[in-house]
Amino acid sequence: MSLLEINDLHVQVGGHEILKGINLTINSGEVHSIMGPNGSGKSTLAQVLSRRESYEVTGGQILLDGKDLLEMKPEEAACEGVFMAFQYPVEIPGISNAYFLRSSLNAVRKYRGLDELDAMDFLPVFREKLKLLEMDDRLMNRSVNEGFSGGEKKRNEILQMAMLEPKLAILDETDSGLDIDALKIVAQGVNALRSPDRAMIVVTHYQRLLDYIVPDFVHVLVDGRIVRSGGPELALELESKGYGWIETEARQVAPASA
Amino acid sequence: MAIETAQLESYLESFTDFAKAAAGETPQWLRELRENAFARFYDVGIPTTRDEDWRFTNLSALRTTPFRLVRESAHPFTFSDLAAWRMEGAAARMVFVNGRFAPELSIWGPIADGVTVSSLRNEIVNRPDVVAEHLGRYLNIERDPFCALNTAFAEDGTYVHVRRGIAVEQPIHLLFITTSSATPAMTHPRNLIVVEEEGQASIIEDYVSFGPETPAFSNIATELVARGNATVNHIMLEREHQQSYNFSTLRIEQARNANVASHSLLLGGALVRNNVHPVLAGEGGECLINGLFIGSGRQHLDNYMLVEHASPHCASRQFYNGVLDERAHGVFHGRIIVHKDAQKTDAKQTNRNLLLTDDALIDTKPQLEIYADDVKCTHGATIGQIDDNALFYLRSRGIHEAEARRLLLEAFAGECLDRIVPDAAREYAAAVTEERLLQVAKATRLKSSGTAEEQERSWEEVG
Repeated sequence: MSLLEINDLHVQVGGHEILKGINLTINSGEVHSIMGPNGSGKSTLAQVLSRRESYEVTGGQILLDGKDLLEMKPEEAACEGVFMAFQYPVEIPGISNAYFLRSSLNAVRKYRGLDELDAMDFLPVFREKLKLLEMDDRLMNRSVNEGFSGGEKKRNEILQMAMLEPKLAILDETDSGLDIDALKIVAQGVNALRSPDRAMIVVTHYQRLLDYIVPDFVHVLVDGRIVRSGGPELALELESKGYGWIETEARQVAPASA
Repeated sequence: MAIETAQLESYLESFTDFAKAAAGETPQWLRELRENAFARFYDVGIPTTRDEDWRFTNLSALRTTPFRLVRESAHPFTFSDLAAWRMEGAAARMVFVNGRFAPELSIWGPIADGVTVSSLRNEIVNRPDVVAEHLGRYLNIERDPFCALNTAFAEDGTYVHVRRGIAVEQPIHLLFITTSSATPAMTHPRNLIVVEEEGQASIIEDYVSFGPETPAFSNIATELVARGNATVNHIMLEREHQQSYNFSTLRIEQARNANVASHSLLLGGALVRNNVHPVLAGEGGECLINGLFIGSGRQHLDNYMLVEHASPHCASRQFYNGVLDERAHGVFHGRIIVHKDAQKTDAKQTNRNLLLTDDALIDTKPQLEIYADDVKCTHGATIGQIDDNALFYLRSRGIHEAEARRLLLEAFAGECLDRIVPDAAREYAAAVTEERLLQVAKATRLKSSGTAEEQERSWEEVG
C-alpha cells in the first residue's frame, strides 16, 4: 500500500476551481517535488493535505496509509503523521516556542499511544534538533515566530518537523525569501530527516532548492493539473527553459480533456 | 417608576433598621457620614442609561430586585472548608462571610512590626482617629450613588495600615464569601488601606459565592491611600456566580512619587461594574491600571476607569483585555482627566478585545479631558476574533482545537496576568483565570472558518 494516494482531486476556493483532477501516488522513502508557475495550485494542494478547512474539496479522494485523509481534522492529520512546513509561519504572541513545541509533541505522542514527555525528557531531544538546524536556543523562550527573521521562521518549521517525525512532510515554498546560507541550513536539516519511513513533498516555484534537496520525482502543476512528471532532470529542464513551453503545451491539451 | 420608588423605600427601611441596630457602636462622625451618604443615595436613586457614566449598563434588573441587608454573623463554614480558596504564600487571610468578618476562618494578627491587618469594624473602635482621618475622605459619593450606598452601610471590611518604611512583600488576601439566601441579599464591604511613606503592600480582594445560586448584591468600596514614595499593588478578583451583582469602586489617592498598580480580573457575576479611580495628587506618581475581563452566557462586565492627573510629571498606564463569549457584553470606559497644572503628564490607555461569537458585544469608550498644554496622552482599542491562522497553525501541529483555543486565549489573558506582582498573587490569579478560560474554550463552538472574515477594527490616537 502506498503512503499517499490522491485520486482525481478537485478543490475550490471561494467558488473557483483551483485543483482540477490531481492524481498522485507517493511511497514511503520518496521525495517528490511539485513545481509550477504562480497560481497553478501548488500551495492549495499543500493546504488541503494539511486539512485547512477553508478549501472545499468537490471531488476525489486522498488516502493516507489507506485512511481517508479528507475525513480528518487538521490535528488528526498531524497526529496521523502529516506535517506541513508553512510558507508563511504564523506569529503567535504570548506562547513560548518551547511550550508550543512540547504541547505539540505531546499531543502527537499521546495520539500515537506514547508517554508524554515532561520538561526534563523533552530538553535533550530538543537540544539535539536545535543543533541540527544551527538555531540559537534563546529563540525558544521567545513567542512562537514573533520577531523571527525569515530564515529563523523557516528553520523553526523544520525544527518542528524534526521533533514530530512525520510520515509525510510537505514543504510549502520553504525556499521563498531565503538567502543561500539559510537555504543550505534548511536543506541540510531536511536531508537529515530523509528516511525510508518518511515521504516528502517539496513544493517550490524555483529549481534552486532542488540543488540541495534532490527529489526522486518532479511533477509540474499547471492550472490545477499535473501536466508532466519525471525525474530530477525535469527540474533542470524547467530551469533552463522556464514554464512558458509547458504552459503552452498544457493549453493545447486542456481543451480536449475539458 | 412605582417599583423604583418602592425599592428606594426598601433601602430606606434597611437603612433605618441598620442605623438603629448599629447605634450603640457608632461614633458621631460615622453616623453623620452614613446619614449624609444615605441622603445622597436616596436623592438620586439608581442611575439609568441616560446618565453618561451608565450609558452602556442597564440597571433595571437591579432596580426592581428588593435586596435585604445581611448582618448575621452565623455561617456554615469551618476552617478546612475554605481550602479551595486558599492562596499560597499569603501574608494574611481575612475572611468575610456575607460582609461580616469571620476571625475564626481568618489567619491574621500582627504579621510584621508596623503592619496592622484587621477588620474595619474593630478598628472603628480601636483606632477611631486613624479611621476617621481617612474613611470617606476620598470616595466621591456625589459622583456615584453606589459609593453613597456603600458609605451609608459602611460597617465592616478590611483595615490595613503599613507604617512608614515597612515593606510587606507577600500579598494580603481578603476573601469575601457570599452564601445563598432565601431572599435577595446585599452586602457593602468597605476597605481602608493606608500605606505610609516608603511603605509597601499588596492586597488581593477576592469575591466568591457559595451554595445554590440566588440573587445577591455585593456593593464594595475600597479607599487606598499611598503616601509619598509608597508602593502598593491591588488586585480585584471577581468570580461570584451568575446571579450576582457585583459593584465595586477602588479609589486610590497617590501622594508624591507613589507607585500604585491596580489589577482587576472580572471573571464571574451576572452584572459587574468595577470602578477604578486613581487621583495622582503628588508629583512623580505612577499608576498602572491593568485589567482582564472574561464573560460568557449573558454576563455584563463593565470596567469604568477615571484617572485624574492632578500633579505634574505623573504617568498612568491602562491596559485592559476582554474576552467575550456567547451573549456576553463588555464595557470599557476609560476616562482620563489631566488637570491644569499637571504638566508633563504621560497617560496611555489600551483596550483589546476578543469577541468569540457574533452575539458578544463590547462598548469601548475613551474619554480624554486635557486642561494642561504639555502632556502626552494616547489611547487605542482593538476588537477582533481569535486569529484563524494561529488556530490552524496550532492544530496543524497536532494540538486539539479546544486546546488550541485555550492556548490562544491564555496568551491573550497572559498579557495582563504577566503584569501582576508579587508572584504569589499572580500565580493565584493565573490559576483562577486558567480555570475560567478552560470553560470558555470548551464551550465555544467553531464557526465555519471558511466564511469568517477577519473583522478587526482598531484605532489609535495620539494627543
